[in-house]
Amino acid sequence: MKKIVLMGNPNVGKSVIFTRLTGINVIVGNYPGKTVEYKRGHMNLGGETVEIFDAPGTYTLEPTSEAEEVALRMLDTGDVVINVVNATNLERNLYLTLQLLERKLPVVVALNMWDDTKHCGINIDLDKLRKLLGVPVIPTVATTAQGIKELVESIPKATSPGVPARSRDDRWVAIGSIVDQVQQVTHRHHTWFERLADATVQPITGVLIALAVLAGAFLVVRLIGESLISYVFEPLFNNLWAPVLLRLSDLLGGAGFLHNILIGKLIEGEVDFVQSFGLLSSGLYVPFAMVLPYIISFYLLLGLLEDTGYLPRLAVLVDTIMHRLGLHGYAIIPTLLGLGCNVPAIMATRILESERERFVAATLISIAIPCAALQAMIFGLVGEHGGQYVAIVYATLFAVWIILGIILRHAVKGFTPELLIEIPPYRLPLWRAVLQKLWMRTYGFLVEAVPIILGAILAINILYVLRVFDAIANFTAPVVTGLFGLPKEAVTALVIGFLRKDVALGMLAPLALSAKQLVVGSVVLAMFFPCIATFVVLLRELGVVNMLKSAGIMIVAALIVGGSLSLVL
Amino acid sequence: MQIKTLKDLKSGESGRIAQIDGGHGMVSRLAALGIRPGRRITKISSMLMRGPVTVEVDRTQIAVGFGMAGKIIVDLDKVTE
Repeated sequence: MKKIVLMGNPNVGKSVIFTRLTGINVIVGNYPGKTVEYKRGHMNLGGETVEIFDAPGTYTLEPTSEAEEVALRMLDTGDVVINVVNATNLERNLYLTLQLLERKLPVVVALNMWDDTKHCGINIDLDKLRKLLGVPVIPTVATTAQGIKELVESIPKATSPGVPARSRDDRWVAIGSIVDQVQQVTHRHHTWFERLADATVQPITGVLIALAVLAGAFLVVRLIGESLISYVFEPLFNNLWAPVLLRLSDLLGGAGFLHNILIGKLIEGEVDFVQSFGLLSSGLYVPFAMVLPYIISFYLLLGLLEDTGYLPRLAVLVDTIMHRLGLHGYAIIPTLLGLGCNVPAIMATRILESERERFVAATLISIAIPCAALQAMIFGLVGEHGGQYVAIVYATLFAVWIILGIILRHAVKGFTPELLIEIPPYRLPLWRAVLQKLWMRTYGFLVEAVPIILGAILAINILYVLRVFDAIANFTAPVVTGLFGLPKEAVTALVIGFLRKDVALGMLAPLALSAKQLVVGSVVLAMFFPCIATFVVLLRELGVVNMLKSAGIMIVAALIVGGSLSLVL
Repeated sequence: MQIKTLKDLKSGESGRIAQIDGGHGMVSRLAALGIRPGRRITKISSMLMRGPVTVEVDRTQIAVGFGMAGKIIVDLDKVTE
């Protein structure tokens, strides 16, 4: 099968063009280096099915990062290259174009963001550019699909003009001459919008705006999440599902092994979705009615922040702080992702350049960044006792993130490279792209989490019958009761935390814990070990040795922090 | 003509990049982003406490770490105001 490779600088709309060509779902982010894992799709080209690869964004064919190496390797397997170029920044983008032309591969150039050239005051002579490059050049606007048809039609006309290999300096000279001949720029004053945009990277206004954005995002996430719970999911479960379960409970005779597994314990003759703990009661209620609403609202907001282009600015603002933790500002992006789910967050640490940074970032995320599922449960359970207790949990985790980061910075050898990132212009997010991304992430959560949650609840019920937990509880009682001040039944929850932290916290609900015990329980659960999915990714990303180190740090930190909290509160 | 490093430029000042005092790796990474000798550069902002410096080159904004910013030498424009 013929292979087409999409190559281009980061932030040129490559992924949107890919989506337009294949119709396959891909994540399109606005921050540099988002597509570290490449995407593959198929399209029909004149009756023939061809394969399309979306290579990670790269500025040159002299790789400086893992992602750029991937791009180079993919290029070597391609039959035709679609080089996506940002029309508003011809000079810099043409460097990659010239390198591609030197490779003797058939190339088509998609001159993307064509609509932006007008309001940037840029005029490009297309015919002259085609002649100078010797390959088809198609102006496109990926976000509106303008020019995509022409781009597809031009693929068979892709040619290799046979440009001789040049040195770096000669390439820049050649580019200078091309740009002089094809591009005219009329001077234009800054708009008020650009002034506002600049304010977000000024030290004082920037920090104020960042605080406002993050606080606003947090409030909106809670508002949407809570509204979904109280107006959609709770009524559904209470009014429609509970009567069905009660009927089923009657049919099963109200007790017995099967009843306990499917429905769980009835509380005062009623199904209690949090405490009953059967497959069909809590097993469905926890993922769908407690966690899913927050997953939806969190990923909606994150998608909007990504696609407006705000995140790289945040990286610049927090760079100084992140350096104190042995990271650079860019690490804020995986960290924010971690507030949704630690799994993609740890995978995203690949965008960091040094091994030390990846280790520190991954360890900090799995210890101190609670995922949306866990946070939903913290709000649901700890929140019942008052907002101040939720605040204590968050403040503790934040303090752990800072203090542990400082310790790791001194303890872990290696270097943290300096920040060097492009800050893409602000863009109005495309609703279609945002919703598509939201759907993919939500679907991912359901597929990953629901089977594990059901499995965990089934396992708990069986182990409970077999009295396995009693044995573990007695064995670990000194730590759990002595150090954390929790009843020894809480051990079950801590063990289950390895499978799903949201389920684990849900298991603390029937134990009638005090607010203080719930705070300690939540913090220990968040810190002491990653859930199984995170564990697997950690193993894959860090390797056995570093994963064990990371896990060791987690256990020690959880013991110290849990113990101290129990003493202080 | 006044010569300063990028970190010593004030926000809003612009000039032409005179030279980059770095190793081959740093020079080519910066060049790939459009920061290379001869290009016009404008400083947009810098963060407090030796934080990154944001600049504009060819209508694109780029954030450069403080250390690197100290190695980018700029020929300042004459002040016209």
